[in-house]
Amino acid sequence: MVTLTSEEQAMLGGEQGAGVGKAMELLVRYADALGAERFVETNNVAGVPGSAHPWLKNYYKEDGGDYRAVFSKFDLDSDEVVDVPRMNAYSCHLQGGMDPELWAEQGMTPEAHENFMSDERETAAHGIQILKTCTPYIAGNVPVMGEHCAWMESSAVVFCNSVIGGRTNCEGRESTSAAMLAKRIPDWGFHRDDYRLGQNRVKVTMPVEDVFDWGMLGYFVGDVVQDTIPVIEGPIAKASLIRHKHFGAAAASSGGVEMYHMVGITPEASSLERAFGGAPRGETFVYDMAERKRIYEMLNAVGESTDVDYVMLGCPHYSIEQIAHAAHLIEGRKVHANSALWVFTSRAVKATADANGYTKILKDAGALLMTDTCSAISQAVPKGTKVAALDSAKQVHYLPAMMGIEGWYGTTEECIDAACTSKWKGRLA
Amino acid sequence: MSTGTMTKPDIVLTGRKVVGGVAEGEALVTRDTISGWGGVNAMTGTVIESRHELRGQSFAGKILVFPGAKGSSGWSAVFHMARLAGMAPIAMVFNVMTTKAALGAVVMRVPAVTDLDRDPLDLIETGDRVCVDGDLGVVKIWKNAS
Repeated sequence: MVTLTSEEQAMLGGEQGAGVGKAMELLVRYADALGAERFVETNNVAGVPGSAHPWLKNYYKEDGGDYRAVFSKFDLDSDEVVDVPRMNAYSCHLQGGMDPELWAEQGMTPEAHENFMSDERETAAHGIQILKTCTPYIAGNVPVMGEHCAWMESSAVVFCNSVIGGRTNCEGRESTSAAMLAKRIPDWGFHRDDYRLGQNRVKVTMPVEDVFDWGMLGYFVGDVVQDTIPVIEGPIAKASLIRHKHFGAAAASSGGVEMYHMVGITPEASSLERAFGGAPRGETFVYDMAERKRIYEMLNAVGESTDVDYVMLGCPHYSIEQIAHAAHLIEGRKVHANSALWVFTSRAVKATADANGYTKILKDAGALLMTDTCSAISQAVPKGTKVAALDSAKQVHYLPAMMGIEGWYGTTEECIDAACTSKWKGRLA
Repeated sequence: MSTGTMTKPDIVLTGRKVVGGVAEGEALVTRDTISGWGGVNAMTGTVIESRHELRGQSFAGKILVFPGAKGSSGWSAVFHMARLAGMAPIAMVFNVMTTKAALGAVVMRVPAVTDLDRDPLDLIETGDRVCVDGDLGVVKIWKNAS
């Protein structure tokens, strides 16, 4: 059983209000399920609080069917509806269901958009930051080394743990919503030093430099180590935010990696010994030219027709560096009549893209820069899409399966070419 | 249908409580880890993940025996929705503890047990009658129960 401090006991008893009390009740059940002995305090929570599909609101119709009902009964898993106060922790809303302006282009109804806006007004009114992105770390929430966080979104979790040295488990909607009120999360897993040590070793025997290759290496790593913590070593070069972003998202999709160490690159892996907390343990996997080819073929296994009718960029949400690159590649060209190009980012990054003129360059080429969501999250693709081209290993893992379409994985250049020609000509160099 | 009080189980496993309560029913066993968001249709309680050995099968009303949870952080919310839709499993037995599986079991409000003294994936087959006692951390198995 989890041990509570006197303050936590008081919260559980309702001294900070019924909402905080119900949040603590859920967190105690969760901590006991994990076998955690105590809580850590957190003041950095990222989730999807209170947002609800009409099905959920209708389910709670007799409780009012509103934000309060959904937050109480679903987010806090409470049997009674309670008042939901302004959040106590620094809290952020991750990605959502549609673009706030281009929702009609995404095929959303006015009713769905009104539901979305109503949830967003409630989110803001409860003091939750409207980041609306899977990349909070490039939209206004950058943790620091050692900071205890409670984040959802597997690609953000793996970035926080591995690249920054922040500390978060892969939390869920209910635990993050409760943590926003109670500022507590179970002291389990990645909050603890010993849990963060490497479990398996990956030896890379070929140079891995560009974003496309970092993504394939990530997909390989997740495939072989599953949900354990890999320690990766070898000639991995040009480490940067966009490379780690793609690598981590890919590893979290193919396997479930929530933290990785790259020797000499990530902050808790200054040496092999440091990453493992001693001698290497577990299995050793090798990534070479043959494995690279195998991963490329695996990622392209759902591509058959070369007639591409949709290109999606921005999984995880594009950084301004990536938008600038895409704009540069497409400037002076046009998206083909038989194709469409949608690029996804956060609102914060889009503001910069607007200021730099990238949004206009994309628009002039016939592409759309969208925010808040992506095709997998919103299940929105251009009408009639049969074959998509993607520069994200994570997106090609999810989107074709979810939408019943074909998918190609390639470089950003190959994807932009596909958008402008409607033909897939990607190949492994 | 309560075999538990009538006949002696063939196998008894002892582990640790994740969520309390007692449930008895038919086992659905997989050696594949299970994804929530993108891997399961909550409205039908069906596994939809490509290449999953349970693809197309429903866990609704079954005792789900699996290695552990993987994939998106939407795991708990998807299984929570399955509970609301009446499509959740009635109990869970799993090997690897994760935040996804723990929170999922909590909001599904079903008995769940982990850390068993022998591997349940070796000893339980789909169709076996199983009783999960979350409070005691005990799993009772009747082979060839049909």
